Amino acid sequence: MTAVADVREERAPSRDRGERAVRRARWARGVRLTLLAVFVVVFLIPVYVLLVTSFKPLTEADPSRAWALPEVWTFRPWQVAWEKLAPGIWNSVLLAVPGSLISAILGSMNGYVLSKWRFPGADVVFTLFLFGMFIPYQGVMIPLVQLLSKLNEVTGLNGVFYGGIPGLVLAHVVYGIPICTLIFRNYYVTIPEEVIEAARVDGAGMLRTYRSVVLPVSGPAFAVVIIWQFTALWNDFLFAVFLTGPRSWPTTVMLNNIAGAQTVPYSQQMAAALLASIPTMVVYVLLGRFFMRGLMAGALKG
Amino acid sequence: MTRMRRWLPGLLLVAPSIAAVAVFVYGMLGWNFRLAMTDQHDEVTEGKFVGLENFTGIWDQQRWSLSVNHAIVFTVVFVGGALLLGWLLAFLMEKGLRGEGTFRAIYLFPMAISFVATGVVWRWLMNSGTGERAVGLNRLFDFFGLEFLQWQWFRDQDWGMAAMAIPAIWQMSGYVMALFLAGFRGVPEELREAARVDGCTEWKVYRHIVLPMLRPVTLSALIILGHISLKAFDLIVAVSGKQIITDVPAVFMWVAVFDSHDPAKGATIAAYIVIAVSVFVIPYLVWSLRKERRS
Repeated sequence: MTAVADVREERAPSRDRGERAVRRARWARGVRLTLLAVFVVVFLIPVYVLLVTSFKPLTEADPSRAWALPEVWTFRPWQVAWEKLAPGIWNSVLLAVPGSLISAILGSMNGYVLSKWRFPGADVVFTLFLFGMFIPYQGVMIPLVQLLSKLNEVTGLNGVFYGGIPGLVLAHVVYGIPICTLIFRNYYVTIPEEVIEAARVDGAGMLRTYRSVVLPVSGPAFAVVIIWQFTALWNDFLFAVFLTGPRSWPTTVMLNNIAGAQTVPYSQQMAAALLASIPTMVVYVLLGRFFMRGLMAGALKG
Repeated sequence: MTRMRRWLPGLLLVAPSIAAVAVFVYGMLGWNFRLAMTDQHDEVTEGKFVGLENFTGIWDQQRWSLSVNHAIVFTVVFVGGALLLGWLLAFLMEKGLRGEGTFRAIYLFPMAISFVATGVVWRWLMNSGTGERAVGLNRLFDFFGLEFLQWQWFRDQDWGMAAMAIPAIWQMSGYVMALFLAGFRGVPEELREAARVDGCTEWKVYRHIVLPMLRPVTLSALIILGHISLKAFDLIVAVSGKQIITDVPAVFMWVAVFDSHDPAKGATIAAYIVIAVSVFVIPYLVWSLRKERRS
């Protein structure tokens, strides 16, 4: 009898506690949502400024109207920015499209061998590749400039290796080998060993196995690597500023020249910055999932 | 012989990449160190070997110590700020909520844009003009009656580099958030539930179960942010150009190569950047490879 009473006494406050917990959980969720929304606003401030300023006519450049919407919307800054930036954008396309494709092909072959067709010492090779992922490119820049200008001299192709797009593609492909290999290797590791073994038993050689077994399932890894490299190549400034000349300047260098000149109005600078970011933003919006996976691979599987 | 026939084709397929990495990564790092130990201070003479003279001599230059100080302030503020903000965002989203994908996409989008493009808008936002001439954030402070917050931003003598870290935090904290979110989600729910049944408060669950399991993610984030910070270049050039007030080793190296035409000096600075990054990265790589091998 007393035991039942005890239970009843305990249950009442616990239900009360349950309600309180529910109320507290609801309140906590409200606070969390509010904070997240505040951060959304903070994160989007630069986007607001870029957009609003890029549509402002010169007459509205006064500091007092800095944060206001344009009274008259104009496309003029975009037109001027496009005229100034177009050669750079074309150079960037010539750089980023072949560069990311070559990187993906190399990365796929390396990743395949290092995970499924291993040779003695493969682990050491992989470790040495990994360190290559983290080196600051400043550490190789001066020798690289010297080597590429030497290549210009030796081949007689002036402005191709040093001061040209091919040299820049070469640099990006070579220094992209580690990360691309890593992404493909980690992807191929998940292919069951028996599948490869079965192909081997059927007498398929290395290339045959690669073509008929591995390549057909590589789609997602190719997407990740191509997006990663495309973004990296499109956004790169360091290699470009050291290795290219006025005729081969990609978008970032041209944008920096436009923005660095004191005479160019803010509206044109910001329109140019937006123009320069459109390709990578489109990729991000359409294929964000693959972009994320590349980022996570960069974290060495955390 | 048959065994060799088994692995040789693989080695041949990777050989071009191995050769490229050997020459372009390790060969050139070595070449750079070699150059740093010569007195080739212009672009025509052959340098003579001078040992570590350049490495010690550079500390006599005021600009070098200044740029090292700047890099330290930038690194501390940027790494600390991005870790905190990224962790906070992940913590707020950890339990899952409607529209999580949208929130994540917004916090992460700056990663897809170049530092050069964002530098354009941040230079405007962090314009040092005050009062009537104020634009950017100073103007916004004025509007909200927070004039006392107006300052010189990256032009400030002492804390300019802290301001320079703000755009970097904006750009990278979404990435840190994604890392932490993966870390949070990796904590098995049963573990938390078990602790709750044992009478742990939410805070204690967090403190004793979740936080220890986030340690590897935190270390990864720390290393990634740290090595990005030490070689920071694009953002600083885009926001303030080559001004001494925001000089860091990477920008100083660029000036040494293109303006002073001094390869040995440029190579010395580059070597110091490599050393600084290696101190971070090599132990980390060894640690994570060991961990991988164990599992």
